[in-house]
Amino acid sequence: MADIVATPKSQSHGDHYDVDYLNDGSLLSWLTTVDHKKLGVMYLWSILFMFFLGGVFALLVRLELMNPGQTIMTAEQYNKAFTLHGAIMVFLVIIPSIPAALGNFALPLMLGAKDVAFPRLNLLSFWIYVTGAIIATVAMVTGGVDTGWTFYTPYSTTTDGPVALMTFAAFVLGFSSILTGVNFVATVHKLRAPGMGWFKMPLFVWGIYATAIIQVLATPVLAITLLLLIFERLFGVGVFDPKLGGDPVLFQHFFWFYSHPAVYIMILPGMAIISEVIPTMSQKVFFGYKATAFSSVAIAIVSFVVWGHHMFTSGQSQLAGAIFSFLTFLVGIPSAIKVFNWITTMYKGSISLAAPMLYALMFLILFGIGGLTGIFLGTMSVDIHLHDTYFVVAHFHYVMMGSTLIAFLAGLHFWWPKMFGRMYNERAAQIAAFFVFIGFNATFLPQFLLGSRGMPRRYYDYLPEFTPLHQVSTVGSWLLGLGFVIMAGYLFASLRKKMDAPSNPWHARTLDWQTSSPPITHNFHEIPVLKQGPYDYFKPFEPSVEGYHE
Amino acid sequence: MNWLRDWMMPLAASEHAKKVDDLYIFTFWLMLAFFILIVYLTVLFPLKYKRKKEGVMTINFSHNLALELAWSVIPLILVIGLFFWGFNDYVESRVHQNDAIEVHVTANKWNWAFEYPDGSRSIKALHVPVNKPVRLILTSEDVLHAFFIPALRTKTDVIPGRYVELPFTATVAGKHQVFCAEYCGRGHSGMFAELYVDTPEQYETFLKEGPEEFKTMPLVELGKFTYNEAGCKSCHTIDGTKSEGPSFKNLWGKSEKLRDGSSVTVDESYIRESILNPTAKVVAGYEPVMPSFQGLLRDRQILGVIEYIKSLK
Repeated sequence: MADIVATPKSQSHGDHYDVDYLNDGSLLSWLTTVDHKKLGVMYLWSILFMFFLGGVFALLVRLELMNPGQTIMTAEQYNKAFTLHGAIMVFLVIIPSIPAALGNFALPLMLGAKDVAFPRLNLLSFWIYVTGAIIATVAMVTGGVDTGWTFYTPYSTTTDGPVALMTFAAFVLGFSSILTGVNFVATVHKLRAPGMGWFKMPLFVWGIYATAIIQVLATPVLAITLLLLIFERLFGVGVFDPKLGGDPVLFQHFFWFYSHPAVYIMILPGMAIISEVIPTMSQKVFFGYKATAFSSVAIAIVSFVVWGHHMFTSGQSQLAGAIFSFLTFLVGIPSAIKVFNWITTMYKGSISLAAPMLYALMFLILFGIGGLTGIFLGTMSVDIHLHDTYFVVAHFHYVMMGSTLIAFLAGLHFWWPKMFGRMYNERAAQIAAFFVFIGFNATFLPQFLLGSRGMPRRYYDYLPEFTPLHQVSTVGSWLLGLGFVIMAGYLFASLRKKMDAPSNPWHARTLDWQTSSPPITHNFHEIPVLKQGPYDYFKPFEPSVEGYHE
Repeated sequence: MNWLRDWMMPLAASEHAKKVDDLYIFTFWLMLAFFILIVYLTVLFPLKYKRKKEGVMTINFSHNLALELAWSVIPLILVIGLFFWGFNDYVESRVHQNDAIEVHVTANKWNWAFEYPDGSRSIKALHVPVNKPVRLILTSEDVLHAFFIPALRTKTDVIPGRYVELPFTATVAGKHQVFCAEYCGRGHSGMFAELYVDTPEQYETFLKEGPEEFKTMPLVELGKFTYNEAGCKSCHTIDGTKSEGPSFKNLWGKSEKLRDGSSVTVDESYIRESILNPTAKVVAGYEPVMPSFQGLLRDRQILGVIEYIKSLK
């Protein structure tokens, strides 16, 4: 019988039918691939390399601050080190980390699609990213830049060094971000599996969708701003420099009009991962699904009208300051709703404490600190004191690193088995998570105190009274670094094993877990037809993909 | 709870600083309460509902209007309260008084210079009387800087091509630290100044005798500083080129022909007279345009200028 009635499987596919995406092509086919999974993996390695580079600069900065006066480098070198740390981490690591690496990999799988809407555009985005990274590296090795990642004028238009090149790198990277955003918006609109209405999408998809909208709308403003900056530097066009008839505060308005939404480009994908990890690892239906989905969109919209809270001391009008302060507080509310939704989702769950969940719990605590300390900074009279001090440094590291990067690690540990078909050593992962948590807090908690006591940021040298807190912070950075070294160790070690990961190690209900680990080249043998919501853990699992097995 | 305030905040040297601290400490306790709640639940739930068996079904608890309203509305009310509190204190601190002492502040890489209502100047040291409203008017000559006085819990960016103001009333006499808080390059972390909050007598003395360094600086250096800061340099060069007034180079000991035909030797007395009463003996070939510096320069500064001119050979 089997010989006569051919299954669709053997009918329509050749030998490569069951081959996983990691092993179906040569190196050249990887570099020119339009497969979202391969692009996701290539983004991942590029971003991890850049993270290593940015991390080395971070450790150098902290080491220099071990003692007042010169410790290991000169003031000029220090200014370049913190600029490169910031620029690398923001433009090359955090902004692309979740959407471009994990989003590229997981989004089409979660939607039950074969690929993103525009696979070739996706390949273009990747190579634009690589081009931007190379230009930035050239700027680094041909002298480095000392403007701070914010490129404030008129310092940035008058200082020496390849500022125009570095700015151009950020300009190029912006296009990668815009194209990825466009691609994801189209993918979410057009490629959802049959049966997947908007409110049956996993919350990761909602978060990435909200992010993509901001990427598309805000990044062009940065592009224009950076272009004007380059023109001013190269041709002396007077836009920002008062000596040429420009206005330096205008640059700040332009810059933060992008860069504040960019803060949400960075944090929304982090929240999106947490919204996926917590219900899965708790085997619990998501509490407040719609509230969380809408709060992502609400954050995306409000994020466009709070940029002035970076400028309370910049001489903008006091009325404007008051309005920005008020709107800033409003953006706190959707964030609070999300935190309470995540926590309530765990209530009466069946909670596994595997590595992804450890990072998700860590996120709740660190984002708690990052969010709550933002309230101090939104309050006008208090912000005037805290602005441009270490309090701000600590606050945004709790949000950027303590939240987004920790969420990225949660997602990395969550999807690692799916990406590479291998489980990592759980015990080693716990040890690394411990060092990351302790190290992170030891590094950044003392900085709140430094800031409230008056220590300004971007200081190469400091008054002796600040020494003990700086030393705690520096030692903390070593523990944090150790955590990452351990992590690199067990993740690389896992790649040397034979593939051992089950299709669905976390017993998830979303479509990305209903194909093999690692997935086959075309993701699914058949187009999945959605049978169940993404978090219906209160009823028996009904797979949406034919032939699913764990 | 004063220990907490002392631990987190520097000395509060104005009424406004105390108000900022009150709000800071209040926010701290409020946020700590929320934080403890978050940490408590984040630790409690995973421990209490730890997975014991694989493949169990869990409850369908996905909505609860009362809970969701509570955690939306309560934080909203609290943050609106905090907004108005912070806004009020801020606006109050920025209203300047009509009788305020106005001090002009000029920033450049990497120096702060101050000019007082009577024409006195100082660098890296700002003197103000205690309990008197002061209004700083600040501008920058090059890039952005920020004038940050932690003890007064106040700061403002200092912007080239623009004047910004910073009003305050310091209530605690003594020396307070001033930082530059906006990144400005190599010397950023050393761009300090000291704020001296003086008793009325100390302030009077300062205005009369000038800042401390005027008494200790070597005369030639003081003269050079005065030449640059007091305006001499706009009409007198030091490289021999002719300007509105005679160049200072090789001026010392020279015999000058005056407009009335007589002549004079450039010595201490002549320089002093030319500073205080410039139109009395004008050198031939120049117009009598120099203003008198009577009262604007202190005696030691005049000596300094004399020594500086002597040194320009």
